[in-house]
Amino acid sequence: MLDPQGSIGAADAKILLNALAIMLVIVVPTVIATLFFGWWFRASNTRARYRPDFVYSGSIELIVWAIPILVIMFLGGVIWIGSHDLDPFKPISSPDKPTEVQVVSLDWKWLFIYPDEGVASVNELVVPVGVPVHFSLTSASVMNMFFVPQLGSMIATMNGMVTQLHLTADKPGEFYGQSAQFSGDGFSDMNFMARAVPQDAFAQWVAGARQAGSALDRTSYLALCQQSSNVRPFTYGTVDATLFNTVVNQQLPPCPGPNTGAADTAVHPRPEH
Amino acid sequence: MFGKLTWQAIPLDQPIPLVAGAVVVLIILAVLAWVVLKGYLPYLWDEWITSVDHKRIGVMYILLGLVMLLRGFIDAIMMRSQQALAFRAAGYLPPEHYDQIFSAHGTIMIFFAAMPIMIGLMNFAVPLQLGVRDVAFPTLNSTSFWLTATGALLVNISLVVGEFARTGWLPYPPLSELPYSPGVGVDYYLWALLISGVGTLLTGINFVTTILKIRAPGMSYLRMTMFCWTALGANLLIVAAFPILTATLGMLALDRYLGFHFFTNEVGGNMMMFINLIWAWGHPEVYILVLPAFGIFSEVISTFSGKPLFNYRSMVAATMFIVLVSFLVWLHHFFTMGAGADVNAFFGIATSIIAVGTGVKVYNWLFTMYGGRIRFTTPMLWSMGFLVTFVIGGMTGVLMAVPPADFLLHNSLFLVAHFHNVIIAGVLFAAFAGVTYWFPKAFGFKLDEGWGKGAFWLSLIGFYVTFMPLYVVGLLGMTRRLQNYDVAAWRPWVLAAGIGIVIMICATACQVAQFVVSIRRRDEFRDETGDPWDGRSLEWATASPPPAFNFAVLPNVHGEEPYWGIKRRAIETQQLSPEPKYEPLEVPRNSPTGFITAFFCTITGFALIWHIWWMVGLGLVGAFAVFVWFAWRDVVEYSIPAEEVARIDRARRRAREQWLAQHARAGEPA
Repeated sequence: MLDPQGSIGAADAKILLNALAIMLVIVVPTVIATLFFGWWFRASNTRARYRPDFVYSGSIELIVWAIPILVIMFLGGVIWIGSHDLDPFKPISSPDKPTEVQVVSLDWKWLFIYPDEGVASVNELVVPVGVPVHFSLTSASVMNMFFVPQLGSMIATMNGMVTQLHLTADKPGEFYGQSAQFSGDGFSDMNFMARAVPQDAFAQWVAGARQAGSALDRTSYLALCQQSSNVRPFTYGTVDATLFNTVVNQQLPPCPGPNTGAADTAVHPRPEH
Repeated sequence: MFGKLTWQAIPLDQPIPLVAGAVVVLIILAVLAWVVLKGYLPYLWDEWITSVDHKRIGVMYILLGLVMLLRGFIDAIMMRSQQALAFRAAGYLPPEHYDQIFSAHGTIMIFFAAMPIMIGLMNFAVPLQLGVRDVAFPTLNSTSFWLTATGALLVNISLVVGEFARTGWLPYPPLSELPYSPGVGVDYYLWALLISGVGTLLTGINFVTTILKIRAPGMSYLRMTMFCWTALGANLLIVAAFPILTATLGMLALDRYLGFHFFTNEVGGNMMMFINLIWAWGHPEVYILVLPAFGIFSEVISTFSGKPLFNYRSMVAATMFIVLVSFLVWLHHFFTMGAGADVNAFFGIATSIIAVGTGVKVYNWLFTMYGGRIRFTTPMLWSMGFLVTFVIGGMTGVLMAVPPADFLLHNSLFLVAHFHNVIIAGVLFAAFAGVTYWFPKAFGFKLDEGWGKGAFWLSLIGFYVTFMPLYVVGLLGMTRRLQNYDVAAWRPWVLAAGIGIVIMICATACQVAQFVVSIRRRDEFRDETGDPWDGRSLEWATASPPPAFNFAVLPNVHGEEPYWGIKRRAIETQQLSPEPKYEPLEVPRNSPTGFITAFFCTITGFALIWHIWWMVGLGLVGAFAVFVWFAWRDVVEYSIPAEEVARIDRARRRAREQWLAQHARAGEPA
């Protein structure tokens, strides 16, 4: 995220660095003063004046309240403006129509549905470069957090609810994506690659998916629903257009958990590494 | 007959918990055998287990906290080593075990290490500093301690019987609901915290009552020490916040046990309610831990700078400001859950406002040192280490209070580094500063300075080497609680943190050595005067260790630093105050109520976890019977004769006269 590849990520990082700079202005002198006072007023230093009665000073009191308050007022402005500008639900202004992606977090893999293109993929997110992407996110079971560090903001996925996220990839590339909310035994392997590709490559990928993949409907969704991890990326050629909404409004029940309390060997990490 | 409990609950196929459990059981058996064979059992029962003396209870709290700190630290070593090994590999801990370890680490460190140590220090020092004989409800105090111990015991039983929660230290639903966590792990968590939470709430009530109602004559609110003020703040927070925790966990228990739907996915449950409620307790909890820590640093910095606390009233105001605002910031724990921009901005600003109170405190400590004559003892070193390190942690905290920055940093190792930065530098450093500072008061001899300073420097360096790399790797996008990972850029930083934990192991060894060496050489470190640090508040005005009644005659308080005033007068007039007329004193009788209640609560908790319903009934009836039996007691106190009081106090006065003679020669106090 120190190497952002999208406008939202860059703006997030910029605010982060600004806030850091604002605070360093008072933190660095404070640390230096602590070390200096400690060193200079050591008991063995005969040159330091012992002032046991220096216990109150109105002007110092004013300053020690004023400095933090002023800094926080300034920072408060940054927070207020930043929160509104970078609200994940807020669309990105752009002449291009955003690419729609519906995200379902499952135990323990990611399902990406492209409603306009009628395809879907698991554990691989492909988006066109330079065009805003509008994510609608939900969870099939427990809470997760959708996060591609180099593209910017993360957002929670929750069953029975939809969250929104707008991101843009400015340059082509492969970016690591993960869940940023612990969600159970298979959580560590619940990651995916986000590929930002030029427009024509995106169209090619959609066409390829349409030809090669199987159908994503209720039956195949319920099969996908079962707990598993380390699922290799694959695509669906056709998608039931109502599927996302049936997951959200719980016409499809939440996906099941483990059968027993005992550890499930199916979710052990990959042995092949 | 035994509910869900079968032989399969013992993890015979998992060597790590089994061996660890076996070692612990062997140690416990060996200690028990030693105690019985040496004939210490009556002493232990009469002087400690049934004691209602706030000083003894304080010491037991701290002992429990230190033992659990070691347990939690072992979990930390396992987590760091697992992550060091698990780059594109499975490591040595499978997920279902690793998940228990980080859940247990957080739970233990907050509830059974940090809380007991802080409550223990308050127990020990607050009544002494207030100049009184005990807390408001001594037997209740003992019950609080033993209920806390019950919680700690249940968490440790989960090591060998069944499993602990695999959900993180705060069991977010729906993961913690029955469909996704069908095992007993979450139940262990719930009952351990529900039972110990009652103990903590009782402590809060006890201390608020004590500080508000029971103080030495003349001890007005604005003459109390800073530690008493921060203890008041922390306990007000306990009284306000712990019921929220109990209610929230109670609702989760209803979901799991009786099929309710407070937080489930289905039938209108809402997990966001749990997350809001748990943090409505969770953020005040941060200040429950760190406010007493601020108090300890205030005492230590003032004593070793040889100055009163700078801008004392400002510090009081800052403390109470933090108490109030700490209830207005909980949402910053989940900016990424999708609240609107207005809500996020409000809580972001409220969070940074709380930093104002802390900032004021830091500057006032700074100016307490200014113009002082600083003695760099071990407690002072911990305090200096705290000042420098804590401002960094505070800065990264405010950074994450900026919602757009949090959108990148939430749940990352940056966050992990941040809260370890404030909790280790704030609470843990305060714990060791406080233990070293008050140890001579509790036991009559100082701790070894050499080993103590070694422990400090290694802890400080170990902290930076462990957690600075975690800040960096968090900025590189690494999220927390990963059992294995594939990203090559993270690896060097994870390995660096692994080196840090090795330094922390050395620091721990030094800390243990400090206790062992000091106890062996206690005659060299003996302090007869009761005032080894040239202290300023009333706890130093009595003998070390203080007698059961604390003060032969309750002190009459005339100013902000009562004992400093008494000492100045003694030096100026070259004599101690005239010997008072000693009278017999009434002291509360020991009571096994707390211990036996906790015994039955342990049975109840264990039975609830394993659905052994007859045993639940047995435990509840037992606990209630103890309560009834206690309520019917008719002898509450016993009397210490005036001669005994006089004998104890005269011994202290003799030592003080020698001290006075030395200062008469030197002319000035040290």
